[in-house]
Amino acid sequence: MARAIPLILFLLLAALLGFGLAWNNTHDQREVPSPLIDKPAPAFSLPVLNDATREFGSADLKGKPYLLNVFGSWCPSCVDEHPVLMRHAKELGVPLIGYNWKDDPADATAWLARFGNPYDVIVTDRVGRTAIDFGVYGAPETFLVDSNGKIRLKRIGPVTPEYVEKVLKPAVLALRSGMP
Amino acid sequence: MTRRDLLPLLLAMLLALLPLYGAAVQPLEFKDTAEEQRFQHLTRQLRCLVCQNQNLADSDAGLAGDLRREVFEQLRAGKSDDEIKQYLVSRYSQFVLYDPPLSGSTWLLWFGPLLALLVGAGVVTVIVRRRAANAATAPQTRGPAHEEEDW
Repeated sequence: MARAIPLILFLLLAALLGFGLAWNNTHDQREVPSPLIDKPAPAFSLPVLNDATREFGSADLKGKPYLLNVFGSWCPSCVDEHPVLMRHAKELGVPLIGYNWKDDPADATAWLARFGNPYDVIVTDRVGRTAIDFGVYGAPETFLVDSNGKIRLKRIGPVTPEYVEKVLKPAVLALRSGMP
Repeated sequence: MTRRDLLPLLLAMLLALLPLYGAAVQPLEFKDTAEEQRFQHLTRQLRCLVCQNQNLADSDAGLAGDLRREVFEQLRAGKSDDEIKQYLVSRYSQFVLYDPPLSGSTWLLWFGPLLALLVGAGVVTVIVRRRAANAATAPQTRGPAHEEEDW
């Protein structure tokens, strides 16, 4: 029996290593879970892209669910995500608000002209204070806010077709059925 | 010009660039050294979320700059260090703190090493006792029967 102990220890270590590898494959170690889930979305009011006279914000969205997508023309992953938003945003049936983060409006406009515009409204924030309020630490990030103004979901990184099907669509449906 | 002459020149050029680097990282204007020290002390305890193994004071990521400005403005506005930390924790979770407080989700982090030490001490005690017992029952007769203890 005692002779088997080193082998057992080795197998335990190997199992630990295997678990670590598998865990890292399915989990993003850099992902920081948001403490804002199920908390009220922060209030914001920001200039609309290419319309300096207009501001748009949480007051205009009061009482309806919406998606807020953080993007920037400087962000390579946003280019990967963009076709997914172009194809699936309308299927979800909730307004998609673009939050143009730390970007030059001219660059953002050129970027949208090139890749298409899936957003219902786009607000711009070069300073980035609203991003801090939302706990944004990278782009793209996407928030689902319900009709009570609570943050229900946060996607860190690009929205994928699988994420739309498996998470976003059921979540939006649940919002519908939960409404009076 | 020989290589030997060139080296001090290159060094001098590099050193001349140093103030530029400092200015790029820290463009804030402090009213006195006490304020600056408090700011530096605070931002060293906060984690940059973009390059996650750097603190806010050292990181030159865009978001780190925004957060430094936010910390600076709140500090100016008379908020305490704890209030500023709480402001960031409520948005970015306890992950922003380099020194996480003891709580339900961090007890393993705090006591894990101690736990491992205790388990190790237990194993050593068991082995030592067993050897002592063996030595007492069979002194100086280290034959093949005890070989398996030698690993």
